[in-house]
Amino acid sequence: MTRPDLEPIVRWVAPGARVLDLGCGDGSLLKALWQAKRAPGYGVEIDDAGVLACLRNDVNVLQMDLEDGLSAFRDDSFDCVILSETLQTIRRTEQLMREMLRVGREVIVSFPNFGHWNARLQVFLGRMPVSRELPYEWYDTPNLHLCTVRDFEDFCRRLGIRVLERLVLHRTLAVTVLPNLLGSVAVFRLGRAER
Amino acid sequence: MNAPQSPDSFAGSVGVAQAQRASFDTPLKLKSGALLPEFEIAYETYGELNAARSNAVLVCHALNASHHVAGYYADEPHNVGWWDNLVGPGKPLDTRRFFVVGNNYLGSCFGSTGPASINRATGKPWGADFPVVTVEDWVAAQARLADRLGIERFAAVIGGSLGAMQALQWTLSFPQRIRHSIVIAATPQLSAQNIAFNEVARQAILTDPDFHDGHYYDKGVVPRRGLRIARMIGHITYLSDSAMMEKFGRALRGKDEPGFAFDIDFEIESYLRHQGDKFAAYFDANAYLRITKALDYYDPAAGHGGDLARAMAPANAAFLVVSFTSDWRFTSQRSREIVKALLDARKIVSYLEIDAPQGHDAFLMDDARYHGALAAYFRNIAL
Repeated sequence: MTRPDLEPIVRWVAPGARVLDLGCGDGSLLKALWQAKRAPGYGVEIDDAGVLACLRNDVNVLQMDLEDGLSAFRDDSFDCVILSETLQTIRRTEQLMREMLRVGREVIVSFPNFGHWNARLQVFLGRMPVSRELPYEWYDTPNLHLCTVRDFEDFCRRLGIRVLERLVLHRTLAVTVLPNLLGSVAVFRLGRAER
Repeated sequence: MNAPQSPDSFAGSVGVAQAQRASFDTPLKLKSGALLPEFEIAYETYGELNAARSNAVLVCHALNASHHVAGYYADEPHNVGWWDNLVGPGKPLDTRRFFVVGNNYLGSCFGSTGPASINRATGKPWGADFPVVTVEDWVAAQARLADRLGIERFAAVIGGSLGAMQALQWTLSFPQRIRHSIVIAATPQLSAQNIAFNEVARQAILTDPDFHDGHYYDKGVVPRRGLRIARMIGHITYLSDSAMMEKFGRALRGKDEPGFAFDIDFEIESYLRHQGDKFAAYFDANAYLRITKALDYYDPAAGHGGDLARAMAPANAAFLVVSFTSDWRFTSQRSREIVKALLDARKIVSYLEIDAPQGHDAFLMDDARYHGALAAYFRNIAL
Protein backbone atom coordinates (compact mmCIF):
# COMPACT_ATOMS: atom_id res chain seq x y z
CA MET A 1 0.00 0.00 0.00
CA THR A 2 1.48 3.36 -0.95
CA ARG A 3 1.11 6.05 1.67
CA PRO A 4 -1.43 8.65 0.56
CA ASP A 5 0.63 11.52 2.01
CA LEU A 6 3.82 10.62 0.13
CA GLU A 7 2.95 12.31 -3.14
CA PRO A 8 1.84 15.69 -1.67
CA ILE A 9 4.85 15.80 0.66
CA VAL A 10 7.26 15.15 -2.20
CA ARG A 11 5.44 17.89 -4.15
CA TRP A 12 5.74 20.40 -1.31
CA VAL A 13 9.46 19.92 -0.62
CA ALA A 14 11.63 22.29 -2.65
CA PRO A 15 14.37 20.83 -4.85
CA GLY A 16 17.63 20.44 -2.97
CA ALA A 17 16.02 21.21 0.41
CA ARG A 18 17.67 19.81 3.55
CA VAL A 19 15.09 17.52 5.08
CA LEU A 20 14.62 15.88 8.47
CA ASP A 21 12.03 13.09 8.55
CA LEU A 22 10.93 12.25 12.10
CA GLY A 23 9.64 8.71 12.58
CA CYS A 24 10.91 7.86 9.12
CA GLY A 25 10.12 4.13 9.21
CA ASP A 26 11.92 2.34 6.39
CA GLY A 27 13.10 5.60 4.84
CA SER A 28 10.90 5.35 1.73
CA LEU A 29 9.86 9.01 1.92
CA LEU A 30 13.47 10.18 2.15
CA LYS A 31 14.39 7.89 -0.70
CA ALA A 32 11.55 9.35 -2.80
CA LEU A 33 12.62 12.89 -1.89
CA TRP A 34 16.17 12.16 -2.95
CA GLN A 35 15.07 10.60 -6.22
CA ALA A 36 12.50 13.28 -7.12
CA LYS A 37 14.00 16.42 -5.63
CA ARG A 38 17.65 15.67 -4.89
CA ALA A 39 16.74 16.70 -1.35
CA PRO A 40 19.34 15.28 1.06
CA GLY A 41 18.17 14.38 4.50
CA TYR A 42 18.23 12.38 7.64
CA GLY A 43 15.59 10.15 9.13
CA VAL A 44 14.99 9.66 12.82
CA GLU A 45 13.63 6.26 13.81
CA ILE A 46 13.63 4.29 17.04
CA ASP A 47 12.54 0.88 15.78
CA ASP A 48 15.37 -1.56 14.95
CA ALA A 49 13.63 -2.96 11.87
CA GLY A 50 13.00 0.55 10.51
CA VAL A 51 16.61 1.57 11.07
CA LEU A 52 17.88 -1.52 9.29
CA ALA A 53 15.48 -0.92 6.38
CA CYS A 54 16.78 2.67 6.11
CA LEU A 55 20.37 1.44 5.89
CA ARG A 56 19.29 -1.02 3.21
CA ASN A 57 17.57 1.86 1.38
CA ASP A 58 20.79 3.87 1.62
CA VAL A 59 19.03 6.54 3.67
CA ASN A 60 20.82 8.39 6.50
CA VAL A 61 19.12 7.33 9.71
CA LEU A 62 19.57 8.27 13.34
CA GLN A 63 18.29 5.83 15.94
CA MET A 64 16.88 8.19 18.54
CA ASP A 65 13.76 8.66 20.62
CA LEU A 66 11.66 11.65 19.53
CA GLU A 67 10.33 11.91 23.08
CA ASP A 68 13.83 13.05 24.12
CA GLY A 69 13.33 16.13 21.95
CA LEU A 70 15.46 17.33 19.06
CA SER A 71 18.48 18.53 21.02
CA ALA A 72 20.77 16.80 18.49
CA PHE A 73 19.78 19.42 15.93
CA ARG A 74 20.71 23.07 15.78
CA ASP A 75 18.25 25.92 15.19
CA ASP A 76 17.40 26.43 11.51
CA SER A 77 19.51 23.46 10.44
CA PHE A 78 16.84 22.12 8.05
CA ASP A 79 14.71 23.62 5.32
CA CYS A 80 11.92 21.22 6.09
CA VAL A 81 11.09 18.95 9.02
CA ILE A 82 8.57 16.20 8.30
CA LEU A 83 6.39 14.35 10.78
CA SER A 84 4.52 11.87 8.61
CA GLU A 85 1.85 9.72 10.26
CA THR A 86 3.71 9.91 13.56
CA LEU A 87 2.04 12.85 15.34
CA GLN A 88 -0.59 10.62 16.92
CA THR A 89 2.06 8.41 18.58
CA ILE A 90 3.91 11.26 20.30
CA ARG A 91 3.52 11.73 24.03
CA ARG A 92 4.82 15.29 24.30
CA THR A 93 3.13 16.68 21.23
CA GLU A 94 3.40 20.37 22.04
CA GLN A 95 7.12 20.17 22.85
CA LEU A 96 7.85 18.32 19.62
CA MET A 97 5.89 20.82 17.52
CA ARG A 98 7.90 23.71 18.98
CA GLU A 99 11.14 21.77 18.49
CA MET A 100 10.35 21.02 14.85
CA LEU A 101 9.78 24.70 14.14
CA ARG A 102 13.03 25.53 15.92
CA VAL A 103 15.23 23.25 13.79
CA GLY A 104 13.31 23.64 10.53
CA ARG A 105 12.10 26.71 8.67
CA GLU A 106 9.06 24.75 7.57
CA VAL A 107 7.27 21.73 8.95
CA ILE A 108 5.08 19.18 7.21
CA VAL A 109 2.76 17.13 9.41
CA SER A 110 0.41 14.37 8.31
CA PHE A 111 -1.96 12.37 10.49
CA PRO A 112 -5.07 10.18 10.30
CA ASN A 113 -8.22 12.27 10.65
CA PHE A 114 -10.26 11.02 13.59
CA GLY A 115 -13.13 13.18 12.35
CA HIS A 116 -13.65 10.96 9.30
CA TRP A 117 -17.27 9.74 9.13
CA ASN A 118 -16.23 6.12 9.48
CA ALA A 119 -14.51 6.80 12.81
CA ARG A 120 -17.46 8.89 13.97
CA LEU A 121 -19.85 6.13 12.98
CA GLN A 122 -17.94 3.44 14.83
CA VAL A 123 -17.81 5.56 17.98
CA PHE A 124 -21.52 6.31 17.54
CA LEU A 125 -22.15 2.57 17.36
CA GLY A 126 -20.21 2.15 20.59
CA ARG A 127 -16.86 0.93 19.26
CA MET A 128 -13.36 2.30 19.07
CA PRO A 129 -12.69 2.89 15.35
CA VAL A 130 -10.63 0.40 13.38
CA SER A 131 -9.98 1.27 9.75
CA ARG A 132 -7.37 1.31 7.04
CA GLU A 133 -5.89 4.50 8.49
CA LEU A 134 -6.38 3.40 12.11
CA PRO A 135 -5.63 -0.29 11.87
CA TYR A 136 -5.16 -1.02 15.59
CA GLU A 137 -7.41 -2.36 18.30
CA TRP A 138 -7.74 -0.14 21.35
CA TYR A 139 -5.51 -2.45 23.41
CA ASP A 140 -2.56 -2.66 21.01
CA THR A 141 -2.52 0.76 19.41
CA PRO A 142 0.64 2.90 19.44
CA ASN A 143 -1.62 5.93 19.00
CA LEU A 144 -1.86 8.19 22.01
CA HIS A 145 -3.06 11.53 20.68
CA LEU A 146 -5.62 11.18 17.93
CA CYS A 147 -7.22 14.34 16.63
CA THR A 148 -9.45 15.70 13.91
CA VAL A 149 -8.56 18.26 11.24
CA ARG A 150 -10.36 20.95 13.24
CA ASP A 151 -8.64 19.96 16.48
CA PHE A 152 -5.26 20.26 14.81
CA GLU A 153 -6.08 23.69 13.38
CA ASP A 154 -7.07 24.88 16.86
CA PHE A 155 -3.84 23.46 18.21
CA CYS A 156 -1.77 25.35 15.62
CA ARG A 157 -3.64 28.57 16.40
CA ARG A 158 -2.98 28.15 20.11
CA LEU A 159 0.77 27.59 19.53
CA GLY A 160 0.96 30.51 17.10
CA ILE A 161 1.87 28.22 14.21
CA ARG A 162 1.05 29.47 10.73
CA VAL A 163 -0.77 27.07 8.41
CA LEU A 164 0.80 27.60 4.98
CA GLU A 165 -1.05 24.87 3.16
CA ARG A 166 -3.56 22.16 3.98
CA LEU A 167 -4.52 19.08 2.08
CA VAL A 168 -7.13 16.57 3.22
CA LEU A 169 -7.22 13.23 1.47
CA HIS A 170 -9.23 10.10 1.25
CA ARG A 171 -7.02 7.36 -0.12
CA THR A 172 -5.08 9.45 -2.65
CA LEU A 173 -7.90 11.82 -3.62
CA ALA A 174 -8.07 15.39 -2.34
CA VAL A 175 -11.24 16.11 -0.35
CA THR A 176 -12.47 19.70 -0.61
CA VAL A 177 -16.10 19.27 0.48
CA LEU A 178 -16.58 18.70 4.22
CA PRO A 179 -12.95 17.64 4.62
CA ASN A 180 -13.19 16.96 8.36
CA LEU A 181 -16.01 14.49 7.65
CA LEU A 182 -14.93 12.95 4.36
CA GLY A 183 -11.12 13.02 4.58
CA SER A 184 -9.21 10.20 6.25
CA VAL A 185 -5.71 11.73 6.17
CA ALA A 186 -4.64 15.35 6.64
CA VAL A 187 -1.38 16.91 5.49
CA PHE A 188 -0.34 20.36 6.73
CA ARG A 189 2.52 22.62 5.71
CA LEU A 190 3.35 24.86 8.64
CA GLY A 191 5.56 27.82 9.38
CA ARG A 192 6.55 29.96 12.31
CA ALA A 193 4.33 32.82 13.38
CA GLU A 194 5.10 36.11 11.71
CA ARG A 195 6.62 38.70 13.99
CA MET B 1 38.37 -11.22 23.48
CA ASN B 2 40.45 -13.33 21.11
CA ALA B 3 38.09 -16.16 21.95
CA PRO B 4 39.38 -19.36 20.40
CA GLN B 5 36.88 -21.15 18.21
CA SER B 6 36.93 -24.62 16.86
CA PRO B 7 38.26 -25.01 13.31
CA ASP B 8 34.91 -26.61 12.42
CA SER B 9 33.25 -23.19 12.43
CA PHE B 10 35.29 -21.94 9.50
CA ALA B 11 32.40 -21.71 7.06
CA GLY B 12 32.80 -18.23 5.65
CA SER B 13 36.36 -17.98 6.91
CA VAL B 14 39.03 -16.21 4.91
CA GLY B 15 41.03 -19.37 5.60
CA VAL B 16 44.75 -19.33 6.24
CA ALA B 17 46.02 -15.84 7.05
CA GLN B 18 49.54 -14.60 6.39
CA ALA B 19 51.03 -12.07 8.78
CA GLN B 20 53.22 -9.63 6.87
CA ARG B 21 55.47 -6.78 7.79
CA ALA B 22 56.25 -3.52 6.04
CA SER B 23 59.42 -1.55 6.92
CA PHE B 24 59.66 2.22 6.65
CA ASP B 25 62.95 4.05 6.90
CA THR B 26 61.65 7.59 6.47
CA PRO B 27 61.41 8.98 10.02
CA LEU B 28 57.95 9.53 11.50
CA LYS B 29 57.45 12.78 13.36
CA LEU B 30 55.26 12.02 16.36
CA LYS B 31 52.67 14.26 17.98
CA SER B 32 54.84 14.46 21.10
CA GLY B 33 57.59 16.01 18.97
CA ALA B 34 59.74 12.88 19.15
CA LEU B 35 61.06 11.35 15.95
CA LEU B 36 60.77 7.64 15.22
CA PRO B 37 63.72 7.07 12.86
CA GLU B 38 62.35 3.89 11.32
CA PHE B 39 59.53 1.50 11.99
CA GLU B 40 57.73 -1.63 10.93
CA ILE B 41 54.00 -2.25 10.67
CA ALA B 42 52.62 -5.77 10.95
CA TYR B 43 49.56 -6.37 8.80
CA GLU B 44 47.36 -8.95 7.15
CA THR B 45 45.16 -8.64 4.09
CA TYR B 46 42.08 -10.57 3.01
CA GLY B 47 40.39 -10.48 -0.37
CA GLU B 48 41.76 -8.81 -3.48
CA LEU B 49 42.41 -5.16 -4.25
CA ASN B 50 40.33 -4.41 -7.35
CA ALA B 51 41.75 -2.81 -10.48
CA ALA B 52 40.33 0.61 -9.56
CA ARG B 53 41.86 0.23 -6.07
CA SER B 54 38.54 1.41 -4.69
CA ASN B 55 37.59 -1.50 -2.43
CA ALA B 56 40.11 -1.31 0.42
CA VAL B 57 38.85 -1.31 4.02
CA LEU B 58 41.18 -0.68 6.93
CA VAL B 59 40.36 -2.43 10.21
CA CYS B 60 41.70 -0.77 13.36
CA HIS B 61 42.05 -2.67 16.59
CA ALA B 62 41.47 -1.72 20.20
CA LEU B 63 43.72 -2.22 23.18
CA ASN B 64 44.85 -5.82 23.10
CA ALA B 65 44.14 -7.07 19.60
CA SER B 66 46.37 -7.11 16.55
CA HIS B 67 46.62 -7.23 12.78
CA HIS B 68 45.22 -10.78 12.94
CA VAL B 69 41.63 -9.79 12.20
CA ALA B 70 40.29 -12.87 10.41
CA GLY B 71 41.17 -16.41 9.44
CA TYR B 72 43.72 -18.60 11.20
CA TYR B 73 47.37 -19.48 10.87
CA ALA B 74 48.42 -22.65 9.07
CA ASP B 75 50.51 -23.73 12.04
CA GLU B 76 48.00 -22.43 14.63
CA PRO B 77 44.52 -23.46 13.49
CA HIS B 78 43.00 -22.35 16.79
CA ASN B 79 44.41 -18.84 16.59
CA VAL B 80 41.38 -17.24 14.95
CA GLY B 81 41.37 -13.52 14.10
CA TRP B 82 39.72 -11.23 16.64
CA TRP B 83 36.99 -9.99 14.30
CA ASP B 84 36.50 -13.20 12.36
CA ASN B 85 32.73 -13.06 12.93
CA LEU B 86 32.62 -9.83 10.90
CA VAL B 87 35.22 -10.33 8.19
CA GLY B 88 35.14 -13.10 5.59
CA PRO B 89 33.42 -14.32 2.47
CA GLY B 90 29.67 -13.76 2.89
CA LYS B 91 30.15 -11.98 6.22
CA PRO B 92 29.10 -8.35 6.87
CA LEU B 93 32.52 -7.10 5.74
CA ASP B 94 32.54 -9.39 2.74
CA THR B 95 36.03 -10.26 1.51
CA ARG B 96 34.59 -11.33 -1.86
CA ARG B 97 33.84 -7.65 -2.43
CA PHE B 98 36.33 -5.79 -0.26
CA PHE B 99 40.08 -5.87 0.19
CA VAL B 100 40.43 -5.83 3.96
CA VAL B 101 43.60 -4.67 5.70
CA GLY B 102 44.27 -5.47 9.34
CA ASN B 103 47.14 -3.65 10.98
CA ASN B 104 48.92 -3.59 14.30
CA TYR B 105 49.50 -0.06 15.50
CA LEU B 106 52.84 1.39 16.56
CA GLY B 107 53.86 0.83 20.16
CA SER B 108 51.89 -2.39 20.44
CA CYS B 109 53.52 -5.77 20.96
CA PHE B 110 52.30 -8.02 18.15
CA GLY B 111 54.78 -7.30 15.38
CA SER B 112 54.78 -3.58 14.71
CA THR B 113 57.59 -1.53 16.18
CA GLY B 114 57.08 -1.02 19.89
CA PRO B 115 58.91 -0.83 23.22
CA ALA B 116 60.08 -4.45 22.98
CA SER B 117 61.62 -3.89 19.52
CA ILE B 118 65.33 -3.34 19.12
CA ASN B 119 66.38 0.29 18.99
CA ARG B 120 68.99 0.29 16.27
CA ALA B 121 70.83 3.21 17.86
CA THR B 122 71.62 1.16 20.96
CA GLY B 123 71.24 -2.41 19.77
CA LYS B 124 68.96 -3.01 22.76
CA PRO B 125 65.20 -3.06 23.21
CA TRP B 126 63.68 0.41 23.34
CA GLY B 127 62.04 -0.25 26.70
CA ALA B 128 61.22 2.94 28.55
CA ASP B 129 62.85 5.00 25.79
CA PHE B 130 60.14 4.16 23.27
CA PRO B 131 58.18 7.36 22.70
CA VAL B 132 54.58 7.83 23.75
CA VAL B 133 52.57 7.41 20.56
CA THR B 134 49.12 8.81 19.88
CA VAL B 135 46.07 7.95 17.79
CA GLU B 136 47.21 10.60 15.30
CA ASP B 137 50.62 8.90 15.04
CA TRP B 138 48.99 5.52 14.39
CA VAL B 139 46.92 6.99 11.61
CA ALA B 140 50.00 8.62 10.08
CA ALA B 141 51.80 5.26 10.13
CA GLN B 142 48.75 3.51 8.66
CA ALA B 143 48.76 6.03 5.80
CA ARG B 144 52.34 4.99 5.05
CA LEU B 145 51.17 1.40 4.96
CA ALA B 146 48.35 2.39 2.59
CA ASP B 147 50.92 4.06 0.31
CA ARG B 148 52.94 0.89 0.33
CA LEU B 149 49.90 -1.22 -0.59
CA GLY B 150 48.94 1.15 -3.40
CA ILE B 151 45.77 2.33 -1.66
CA GLU B 152 45.14 5.97 -2.39
CA ARG B 153 41.76 6.09 -0.74
CA PHE B 154 40.04 3.66 1.61
CA ALA B 155 36.44 2.74 0.85
CA ALA B 156 36.09 2.59 4.63
CA VAL B 157 38.01 2.59 7.87
CA ILE B 158 36.31 0.67 10.68
CA GLY B 159 37.11 0.19 14.34
CA GLY B 160 35.60 -0.33 17.78
CA SER B 161 36.60 1.44 21.00
CA LEU B 162 40.20 2.62 20.56
CA GLY B 163 39.89 1.38 16.96
CA ALA B 164 36.96 3.76 16.51
CA MET B 165 39.18 6.67 17.50
CA GLN B 166 41.46 5.74 14.60
CA ALA B 167 38.49 5.51 12.22
CA LEU B 168 37.44 8.99 13.37
CA GLN B 169 40.96 10.43 13.18
CA TRP B 170 41.39 9.17 9.61
CA THR B 171 38.67 11.58 8.48
CA LEU B 172 40.62 14.48 10.00
CA SER B 173 44.21 13.53 9.22
CA PHE B 174 43.48 12.39 5.65
CA PRO B 175 40.04 13.67 4.64
CA GLN B 176 40.65 12.84 0.98
CA ARG B 177 41.77 9.31 1.67
CA ILE B 178 38.67 7.86 3.35
CA ARG B 179 35.12 7.59 2.01
CA HIS B 180 33.36 6.00 4.98
CA SER B 181 34.23 6.03 8.66
CA ILE B 182 32.60 3.37 10.83
CA VAL B 183 32.90 4.40 14.45
CA ILE B 184 31.77 1.74 16.94
CA ALA B 185 31.55 1.85 20.76
CA ALA B 186 33.39 5.15 20.65
CA THR B 187 33.88 8.32 22.61
CA PRO B 188 35.12 11.68 21.35
CA GLN B 189 37.43 11.85 24.37
CA LEU B 190 37.91 9.91 27.59
CA SER B 191 36.00 11.05 30.65
CA ALA B 192 37.73 11.67 33.97
CA GLN B 193 36.45 8.27 35.11
CA ASN B 194 37.89 6.57 32.01
CA ILE B 195 41.27 8.19 32.65
CA ALA B 196 41.05 7.24 36.32
CA PHE B 197 40.68 3.54 35.46
CA ASN B 198 43.64 3.81 33.10
CA GLU B 199 45.72 5.48 35.78
CA VAL B 200 45.03 2.71 38.30
CA ALA B 201 46.10 0.19 35.66
CA ARG B 202 49.28 2.13 34.96
CA GLN B 203 50.08 2.46 38.65
CA ALA B 204 49.75 -1.29 39.03
CA ILE B 205 52.47 -1.71 36.39
CA LEU B 206 54.69 1.21 37.40
CA THR B 207 54.83 0.09 41.04
CA ASP B 208 55.56 -3.56 40.25
CA PRO B 209 59.13 -4.23 41.51
CA ASP B 210 59.79 -6.15 38.31
CA PHE B 211 59.07 -3.08 36.17
CA HIS B 212 62.58 -1.59 36.60
CA ASP B 213 61.48 1.75 35.16
CA GLY B 214 60.59 0.05 31.91
CA HIS B 215 63.98 -1.58 31.34
CA TYR B 216 63.00 -5.09 32.33
CA TYR B 217 63.70 -6.92 29.05
CA ASP B 218 67.37 -7.62 29.78
CA LYS B 219 66.67 -8.45 33.43
CA GLY B 220 64.84 -11.64 32.59
CA VAL B 221 61.65 -10.54 34.34
CA VAL B 222 58.32 -9.00 33.37
CA PRO B 223 56.04 -6.98 35.67
CA ARG B 224 53.50 -9.77 35.68
CA ARG B 225 51.70 -8.70 38.84
CA GLY B 226 51.17 -5.21 37.54
CA LEU B 227 49.98 -6.36 34.13
CA ARG B 228 47.66 -8.84 35.76
CA ILE B 229 45.97 -6.23 37.91
CA ALA B 230 45.84 -3.79 34.99
CA ARG B 231 44.02 -6.37 32.93
CA MET B 232 41.63 -7.27 35.75
CA ILE B 233 40.64 -3.62 36.13
CA GLY B 234 40.30 -3.16 32.38
CA HIS B 235 38.22 -6.29 32.04
CA ILE B 236 35.69 -5.09 34.60
CA THR B 237 35.06 -1.99 32.49
CA TYR B 238 34.55 -4.04 29.31
CA LEU B 239 31.61 -5.98 30.76
CA SER B 240 28.28 -4.76 32.02
CA ASP B 241 27.12 -5.44 35.56
CA SER B 242 24.22 -7.51 34.27
CA ALA B 243 26.41 -9.53 31.88
CA MET B 244 28.79 -10.34 34.74
CA MET B 245 25.90 -11.23 37.03
CA GLU B 246 24.39 -13.45 34.39
CA LYS B 247 27.64 -15.23 33.63
CA PHE B 248 28.98 -15.62 37.17
CA GLY B 249 26.38 -14.45 39.63
CA ARG B 250 27.57 -15.05 43.18
CA ALA B 251 28.45 -18.65 42.43
CA LEU B 252 31.25 -20.09 44.53
CA ARG B 253 34.18 -21.76 42.85
CA GLY B 254 34.60 -25.45 43.70
CA LYS B 255 33.12 -25.10 47.18
CA ASP B 256 29.78 -24.90 48.93
CA GLU B 257 30.76 -22.49 51.70
CA PRO B 258 32.94 -19.35 51.68
CA GLY B 259 36.50 -20.09 52.77
CA PHE B 260 36.95 -17.23 55.26
CA ALA B 261 40.35 -16.62 53.70
CA PHE B 262 41.74 -14.83 50.65
CA ASP B 263 42.00 -17.56 48.11
CA ILE B 264 39.30 -17.80 45.45
CA ASP B 265 35.73 -17.88 46.74
CA PHE B 266 33.65 -16.62 43.85
CA GLU B 267 33.62 -17.61 40.19
CA ILE B 268 34.15 -14.01 39.15
CA GLU B 269 37.42 -13.92 41.13
CA SER B 270 38.60 -17.02 39.35
CA TYR B 271 37.63 -15.56 36.00
CA LEU B 272 39.42 -12.26 36.58
CA ARG B 273 42.57 -13.98 37.83
CA HIS B 274 42.52 -16.24 34.79
CA GLN B 275 42.10 -13.26 32.44
CA GLY B 276 44.90 -11.45 34.24
CA ASP B 277 47.26 -14.42 34.06
CA LYS B 278 46.52 -15.01 30.39
CA PHE B 279 47.09 -11.37 29.53
CA ALA B 280 50.31 -11.07 31.55
CA ALA B 281 51.72 -14.01 29.61
CA TYR B 282 51.42 -12.33 26.20
CA PHE B 283 51.11 -8.58 26.62
CA ASP B 284 53.97 -6.15 27.09
CA ALA B 285 53.79 -3.77 30.05
CA ASN B 286 55.52 -0.89 28.27
CA ALA B 287 53.03 -1.25 25.43
CA TYR B 288 50.12 -1.22 27.87
CA LEU B 289 51.34 2.01 29.45
CA ARG B 290 51.63 3.73 26.09
CA ILE B 291 48.32 2.52 24.70
CA THR B 292 46.42 3.75 27.74
CA LYS B 293 48.13 7.12 27.33
CA ALA B 294 47.09 7.23 23.68
CA LEU B 295 43.52 6.70 24.86
CA ASP B 296 43.80 9.40 27.52
CA TYR B 297 45.30 11.96 25.16
CA TYR B 298 42.89 11.52 22.26
CA ASP B 299 40.67 14.59 22.04
CA PRO B 300 40.16 15.97 18.54
CA ALA B 301 38.15 18.93 19.88
CA ALA B 302 40.99 20.09 22.14
CA GLY B 303 42.61 22.17 19.42
CA HIS B 304 39.26 23.83 18.65
CA GLY B 305 38.28 25.23 22.01
CA GLY B 306 36.46 22.02 22.88
CA ASP B 307 34.13 22.42 19.90
CA LEU B 308 33.93 18.98 18.31
CA ALA B 309 31.74 20.21 15.44
CA ARG B 310 34.47 22.66 14.45
CA ALA B 311 37.07 19.94 14.83
CA MET B 312 35.12 17.70 12.43
CA ALA B 313 34.84 20.41 9.77
CA PRO B 314 37.64 19.05 7.54
CA ALA B 315 36.08 15.58 7.30
CA ASN B 316 34.75 14.48 3.91
CA ALA B 317 33.73 10.95 4.81
CA ALA B 318 30.26 9.62 5.46
CA PHE B 319 29.95 8.26 8.98
CA LEU B 320 28.24 5.32 10.63
CA VAL B 321 28.26 5.58 14.41
CA VAL B 322 27.20 2.57 16.51
CA SER B 323 26.82 2.36 20.27
CA PHE B 324 25.53 -0.28 22.69
CA THR B 325 22.98 0.35 25.43
CA SER B 326 24.86 -1.53 28.16
CA ASP B 327 28.28 0.00 27.42
CA TRP B 328 29.13 2.02 30.53
CA ARG B 329 32.77 2.54 29.56
CA PHE B 330 31.92 4.57 26.45
CA THR B 331 28.20 5.19 26.82
CA SER B 332 25.69 5.84 24.04
CA GLN B 333 25.62 9.42 25.26
CA ARG B 334 29.26 9.82 24.18
CA SER B 335 28.46 8.43 20.72
CA ARG B 336 25.55 10.87 20.48
CA GLU B 337 28.04 13.69 21.14
CA ILE B 338 29.93 12.56 18.05
CA VAL B 339 26.69 12.34 16.08
CA LYS B 340 25.61 15.81 17.16
CA ALA B 341 28.98 17.29 16.20
CA LEU B 342 28.74 15.63 12.79
CA LEU B 343 25.21 16.96 12.30
CA ASP B 344 26.27 20.42 13.39
CA ALA B 345 29.17 20.23 10.93
CA ARG B 346 26.69 19.09 8.24
CA LYS B 347 28.34 15.75 7.64
CA ILE B 348 26.62 12.64 6.37
CA VAL B 349 25.95 10.36 9.32
CA SER B 350 23.85 7.43 10.42
CA TYR B 351 23.62 6.35 14.03
CA LEU B 352 22.55 3.08 15.58
CA GLU B 353 22.04 2.27 19.21
CA ILE B 354 22.07 -1.49 19.60
CA ASP B 355 20.21 -2.87 22.59
CA ALA B 356 22.86 -5.35 23.73
CA PRO B 357 23.57 -6.68 27.22
CA GLN B 358 27.32 -7.38 26.99
CA GLY B 359 28.72 -3.94 27.78
CA HIS B 360 31.67 -2.39 25.94
CA ASP B 361 32.72 -5.76 24.53
CA ALA B 362 29.43 -5.95 22.62
CA PHE B 363 31.22 -4.53 19.59
CA LEU B 364 33.01 -7.87 19.22
CA MET B 365 29.86 -9.95 19.46
CA ASP B 366 27.88 -11.54 16.68
CA ASP B 367 24.54 -9.78 17.14
CA ALA B 368 22.01 -10.07 14.32
CA ARG B 369 20.88 -6.42 14.44
CA TYR B 370 24.43 -5.10 14.73
CA HIS B 371 25.91 -7.28 12.00
CA GLY B 372 22.80 -6.90 9.85
CA ALA B 373 23.23 -3.13 9.95
CA LEU B 374 26.94 -3.31 9.13
CA ALA B 375 26.22 -5.70 6.26
CA ALA B 376 23.59 -3.33 4.86
CA TYR B 377 25.93 -0.36 5.21
CA PHE B 378 28.85 -2.11 3.52
CA ARG B 379 26.60 -3.34 0.69
CA ASN B 380 25.71 0.27 -0.15
CA ILE B 381 29.32 1.40 -0.37
CA ALA B 382 29.88 1.94 -4.08
CA LEU B 383 33.10 0.55 -5.48
